[in-house]
Amino acid sequence: MTTIKNEDTIVALATPAGVGAIAVIRVSGPKAIETVDKIFKGRKKLSEASTHTVHYGTIVTGEGELIDDVLVSVFRKPNSYTGEDSVEISTHGSPLITQKIIELLLSENLRIAEPGEFTKRAFLNNRIDLTQAEAVVDVINARTEASLRGSRNQLDGLLSQKVKQLREMLINTSSFVELELDFAEEDIEFVNKDELIKRIDDVINEIDKLLSTYSFGRVIREGVNVALVGKPNVGKSSLLNYILKESRAIVSEIPGTTRDVIREEVSIDGILFKLYDTAGIRASEDVIEKEGVSRSREAVKISDVVLLIGDVEQKFSDDLEEELKTLTGSNHIIKVLNKIDLKKESGIDADVKVSAITGEGIEELFRIMKAKAIGSESYTEKTAVVSNIRHYDCLKRAKESLQIAKESTEGGMSGEFIAVDLRRAEDSLAEIIGEVTTDDILNNIFSKFCIGK
Amino acid sequence: MKTYDIIVIGGGHAGIEAASAAARMGCSVALITMDKYAIGRMSCNPAIGGTAKGHLVREIDALGGVMGRLADKTGIQFRMLNRSKGPAVWSPRCQSDRELYSKAAVEEILSTENLEVVEDSVTDIIIEGKEVKGVKTKSGNDIAAKAVILSSGTFLNALMHVGLNAKSGGRYGEKPATGITESLMKAGFESGRLKTGTPPRLAKDSINWDVLEEQPGDDNPQPFSYQTDLNEFPYLPQVSCHITYTDAAVHKILEKGFDESPMFTGRIKGVGPRYCPSIEDKIVRFADKERHQLFLEPEGLDSDQIYLNGFSTSLPAEIQLEAMRKVKGLENVEMVRPGYAVEYDFFPPHQIDNTLETKLVSGLYFAGQINGTSGYEEAAAQGLMAGINAASKIQGRRDFVLKRSEAYIGVLIDDLVTKSTEEPYRMFTSRAEHRLLLRQDNADRRLMHYGEELGLIDKELSDQVKEREEIIKQSISVCQTKKLHAREVNGYLVSRGTPPIDSTETISKLCKRPELELKELLNVNGAENDPVLRQLINDSVALNQVEIELKYEGYMKRQQETIARLERYEDLKIPLTLNYSTLNALSIEAREKLNKIKPRSIGQAMRISGVSPSDISILLVYLKK
Repeated sequence: MTTIKNEDTIVALATPAGVGAIAVIRVSGPKAIETVDKIFKGRKKLSEASTHTVHYGTIVTGEGELIDDVLVSVFRKPNSYTGEDSVEISTHGSPLITQKIIELLLSENLRIAEPGEFTKRAFLNNRIDLTQAEAVVDVINARTEASLRGSRNQLDGLLSQKVKQLREMLINTSSFVELELDFAEEDIEFVNKDELIKRIDDVINEIDKLLSTYSFGRVIREGVNVALVGKPNVGKSSLLNYILKESRAIVSEIPGTTRDVIREEVSIDGILFKLYDTAGIRASEDVIEKEGVSRSREAVKISDVVLLIGDVEQKFSDDLEEELKTLTGSNHIIKVLNKIDLKKESGIDADVKVSAITGEGIEELFRIMKAKAIGSESYTEKTAVVSNIRHYDCLKRAKESLQIAKESTEGGMSGEFIAVDLRRAEDSLAEIIGEVTTDDILNNIFSKFCIGK
Repeated sequence: MKTYDIIVIGGGHAGIEAASAAARMGCSVALITMDKYAIGRMSCNPAIGGTAKGHLVREIDALGGVMGRLADKTGIQFRMLNRSKGPAVWSPRCQSDRELYSKAAVEEILSTENLEVVEDSVTDIIIEGKEVKGVKTKSGNDIAAKAVILSSGTFLNALMHVGLNAKSGGRYGEKPATGITESLMKAGFESGRLKTGTPPRLAKDSINWDVLEEQPGDDNPQPFSYQTDLNEFPYLPQVSCHITYTDAAVHKILEKGFDESPMFTGRIKGVGPRYCPSIEDKIVRFADKERHQLFLEPEGLDSDQIYLNGFSTSLPAEIQLEAMRKVKGLENVEMVRPGYAVEYDFFPPHQIDNTLETKLVSGLYFAGQINGTSGYEEAAAQGLMAGINAASKIQGRRDFVLKRSEAYIGVLIDDLVTKSTEEPYRMFTSRAEHRLLLRQDNADRRLMHYGEELGLIDKELSDQVKEREEIIKQSISVCQTKKLHAREVNGYLVSRGTPPIDSTETISKLCKRPELELKELLNVNGAENDPVLRQLINDSVALNQVEIELKYEGYMKRQQETIARLERYEDLKIPLTLNYSTLNALSIEAREKLNKIKPRSIGQAMRISGVSPSDISILLVYLKK
């Protein structure tokens, strides 16, 4: 059974992935406005806004965490690009911000748009003409071609193999459930409750393993954000320069020169690190610098790894460390003691001690950064990794359905109720790789069990 | 030349329903059969219903068909299968008295107004242009009609096999129908060949009953039909079935006959059903299974024959007998008639529309085994729908198509026309994605209003169902809002072994606890005080419906969610004239499949295997042109 769901509300990044000055997230569908309303705090509710209006406000999580300040444009049907109710959220151009906002929206039951889906909806709602529509067909086709050729890359190939295997496990499990419903009169041994729970658990465990690869997968696809933070003159820019082996950041003796957040990219053992040199987080009267400070805070919030830099003379700033801990988890922070070329034995506690002049300790720093970014799990080329948020979303939903199926089984519910959620789980997996039909289950029953009086 | 509105060819379970429905809707109908007393004859096991099939019978009955009433009149053992499971998979089944069933069917048909039985054999279907005009018969009489319903079962070019002996015939002792397949192939139809089988019949008094395990019917038998008077039901004395098993010694003897098996030697070309394999097939495919279950089913109250369910075979007769005599309880058994396999022509059902009218010839309908199904119930469901649609077309009414979300009948026909079939198709509950809603207990709520509109159900009966529907709806809403207080309900909760509540809780929420019963919950706070609940508590049928809907609400909702997204695509129609070959953007497989099936809606296209979501997107785009 193929699935298509135009009445879903969909979300996707409308600007190219990666870092730009701003990014635009587009949401379209019947629940677009009410859903964005749930995470948007502004002067008025979007549900009360008229079409083609722009609103300033902030995106805040359910726990009250501020993600970003944004401009939100509201378009009401039929006068939007897609012809449906639509919202466009303009955020600062950080992939981490956009990713977080999209994840928030997905948790409100939105779905990631398929390639070309906004345009397809626009066409189906008569918002664009035929030539434009032909282009959509090309987009859709390009995707078909790609999937026909097989997986685009090693990662996707391994994942689809793994998901196929999970789907097979689920079909086998469903078969046991259906067997007892449709062939109760037969002289066959039916699966018992414990066995069924074990089978469901097995699939949940496998899904969990896949889900746990997501941060690694995302790292592979998008890179690791690293913020360099420290008091003025501890040598943040020098350290950055050493890492880059080229000086693009301005290095000077005057505290506060690095006013803006500077970003550089570097590849360490095949992993992309995006390094943000910050202006230091401290109160300032200077307006321009103030802006830099607030951007630094943003950089810290979106970073996977924060390098808290101190030096042998100024040591580490306790105030700064405390503030960092409120902005990010303490497990994201690496304390780097710089300038050990000046004083070898300082007696100061740090995760790693380096010299941006001699390069001493830099290798160790790299090792720790890598470990923080991808965790302690060892990934080989044979590991299936989830790197795509849509796949992650499907797996999460499959897991939720399986947990309900498990509860039903534990509660002694009859098979047809367990089957409801097993089938939902199968559908969620099917969205990643293809299709599950009821025929698959029946065929499996016929091939494995002696059925028929 | 005699002229009728509708000709029905064949008096099996499909033919009976088709002829009866069309005649009762006011059309003049001729039912052509080779032998008038063979009407309603059960070719295989003497039973009606079973898992999912029982659902079909209840639906046929709610629409005003005859099968449920005939089964109730002639049933000699009634059982509700799956009673230990949830209500959606409860399935009624009965053993029938084979003679009496056929007799009741003959009476029903002969007493129907506008319906004439013609004893003859059809040799050709008269088609002019793309329209059916009537039939030619063996006796030389052409009969004209506006519509022809072909429900000839397993009789088209039928060949029966026992060992390496093959004999023409569609049923033991009955002749095949020849000429029709050839006539239709000339008109452009594609035909295929299927196989089915039946087990030996045994002499009742040659069986050692004392050593066999008895399987009685239910203590409180439930009828199929909404029209059956519960005070008189069951009409006949009730009897038991018996169970025995094969073993290694039996299997060894059967293996001796494999050299002469028409299946294993490749004589049978037709494809058999995987869910109803012959005993020799079971032994080969499931070699590690030490024994196979056999049911001894009575053929009737006065019959001296027993039907050996589970022992379908086409091995040589002497091997059948020798093997059976190794079975416990059958040591001295006498075989009245050997089992046999039958091969027959069918027309792969992608050639028909959801109305069962053929796409190629206007006014020609196919129903039953000719569409590749197996089973009396599947046949009857199609016969009823074909009869209704043929009559509707003649009378200028709308097509009558049931959705997958409305009835198993809808699932059955949609599966046939969308997926076609390569083996005999049987209904299973797992085929119905709306399983929790399509229950045997609510067939009347789902379908009886259609039966009334078509004139097949009395208004009085239908009105009762409508009144009850009101009670059900109002009661559900009361239960969802009315709260019980901890002080009044906790005593009851604790007595049922379920945790007490803190302050208040709605009846609906409490009802979801498996330990609790709705009726008892209602009585906690004196249902008599509420006008709606007072009615509910006095109507056990409505009470049961409300309880099911409240108890399993969450599951039904989730099942609905899964399906709801697809539902609207059922209404996006595709013109039959669309030539998919010109849509280069579609995958080659999709083009081929779509051209073959010619789906009526996007929803149907989505169910065709090999048609991907991308293909559907492309179709949507082109349909917009």
